[in-house]
Amino acid sequence: MTVFKGKGVYGAIAIGKVSLFKRQAAEVRRVSVDDPKKEIERIEAAKQKAVEQLTAIHDKALKEVGEANAEIFEIHIMMLDDEDYNESIVSIIETQKVNAEYAVAVTSDNFAEMFASMDDAYMQARAADVKDISNRLIACLTDSGSSENSTDEMMIVCADDLAPSETVSLDKDRVLAFVTAFGSSNSHTAILARNMNIPAVIGLGEEFLSAVSDGELMIVDGHTGEVYISPDEETVKRFEEKQAEDSRKKQLLQELKGKENITLDGRKINIYANIGGVGGIGAVLANDAGGIGLFRSEFLYLESEDYPTEEQQFQAYKKVLESMAGKKVIIRTLDIGADKQIDYFGLEKEDNPALGFRAIRICLTRPEIFRTQLRALYRASAYGNLGIMFPMITSVSEVEKCLAMCDEVKKELTADGIRIGENTEVGIMIETPAAAVISDRLAPLVDFFSVGTNDLTQYTLACDRQNAKLEAFADTHHEAVLRLIEMSAKNAHANGAWIGICGELAADLTLTEQFIRMGIDELSVSPPFVLPLREKVRSISLNA
Amino acid sequence: MKEFTYTIKDEIGIHARPAGNLVKLIKGYSSSVTIEKEGKPTINATALMKLMGLGVKCGDTVKFTVTGDDEEAAAKGIEEFMQANL
Repeated sequence: MTVFKGKGVYGAIAIGKVSLFKRQAAEVRRVSVDDPKKEIERIEAAKQKAVEQLTAIHDKALKEVGEANAEIFEIHIMMLDDEDYNESIVSIIETQKVNAEYAVAVTSDNFAEMFASMDDAYMQARAADVKDISNRLIACLTDSGSSENSTDEMMIVCADDLAPSETVSLDKDRVLAFVTAFGSSNSHTAILARNMNIPAVIGLGEEFLSAVSDGELMIVDGHTGEVYISPDEETVKRFEEKQAEDSRKKQLLQELKGKENITLDGRKINIYANIGGVGGIGAVLANDAGGIGLFRSEFLYLESEDYPTEEQQFQAYKKVLESMAGKKVIIRTLDIGADKQIDYFGLEKEDNPALGFRAIRICLTRPEIFRTQLRALYRASAYGNLGIMFPMITSVSEVEKCLAMCDEVKKELTADGIRIGENTEVGIMIETPAAAVISDRLAPLVDFFSVGTNDLTQYTLACDRQNAKLEAFADTHHEAVLRLIEMSAKNAHANGAWIGICGELAADLTLTEQFIRMGIDELSVSPPFVLPLREKVRSISLNA
Repeated sequence: MKEFTYTIKDEIGIHARPAGNLVKLIKGYSSSVTIEKEGKPTINATALMKLMGLGVKCGDTVKFTVTGDDEEAAAKGIEEFMQANL
């Protein structure tokens, strides 16, 4: 048994046989040719084929890993079409009278070297992209199609490194795990593996490649980054138990479905789910959430090329409300800023987007956008149990302006004979220290508060969420943050409002008891956390 | 001919994604567009790999020169793209 340690990029365990990834890296030889024209024609044909392949990979990636991660393949297509790259290939063929394969290989090396020599880690990584497209081009020239492994057995794929196109091209149903000798956790491949939910360990080092061979038994622990080659029986048994425990846990949670969120001494709490689009409704229902505590409306704007119309928004909101059949659905109004760019908003680049022109600030400055969303929301309110929530609130006057706009919209709709829901609740996010500190003034104006702990922590502790160096300082359990939450809860209840938490802290099981003691009425978490949280609540005794 | 300069505000500069999108945008116009970064040779703005190879970073100033029938619209479009993305 040999053990290697790398970096786990997706936490899960896989046990299975090794399949070494064979690259169709046809050996490229320099061959003199008599007819350079013919070589140029071959290049053109190969390029066309390569673009077709990349387009197919792009479409597959779009479905499996989303638009942001699929974009790299579009860039690969553009790189293949790059004038300088193509000119270089053609000129080598013409001046040296050599075969197309050789011209591509030389060009690839030259361009890859240009990127590799730049003093920028990101650009250096682009050298791999140039090699990826060039190898594809060479494969198309030699027609050495990918040597598909013909077994149907699930395999652990081992490689030196996987190009993004290689990762996506693999048949997901036959891959137990990815294991690579090189690669960084920022590489596209690591990101893709995470998105495909496949256990992966990277950066095992060069020795790993010589230690591993086809068909060997292997254990991959994506939690710790450990990889066992030819593990002994005892180790296999240990990991099989771990795997079984994982699935037992899953099973146990299933049994919690339909049960109440109630402590041992009878305190009930609502557990809702956070989702970012209509596609998340299935997960909300499958995990038995009591409602939707945060429905992010941004997707409507992000997926659109122009401002989504009132009708488009209305249809989406109506669908969520109807699907939830009378359960509470809290929809947060537009929450974008310079860090979540939407082209047609024409927002200027900002040095400090977290403290910038964002969320409710955009809505109050550009009321036409806000009004369209509010009209769509109130029209949809007739179809279920709606709550409307405003983000990034810092003052009483902001809330008053939002409420005035709601009243106007309701009057307009009623005057037009359009039916609206009678019990639509209106609430605000508590995600700035300002809102928490004046929560006694804000609570009388609204029906509910929802604490956004991620932003509340960033603003209270002056720690940029995007800055990894600050992780040690951004103590999510900081007393200042917890006191602000407690204060908001007290002020909400004193004024007849209820309070929930929809930030990441809501899923932190070490704080659940403290939150319940503070009087938090609702916790909203991503769907997979609903049942674990229910299990935790049912184990708490407040009198103990 | 239209000329303008732009100073990059984006932390990571002109990377693969914005470079690709910029090239795509410029190819939509009929005008020819060049980019110049101080101390480097002027390049055709649709040459994706050269553009990436310029290594334009945050704080760098680049000069765009736009020539052609739709230079007015192209210059405006490019400037807006830069402001919104870089």
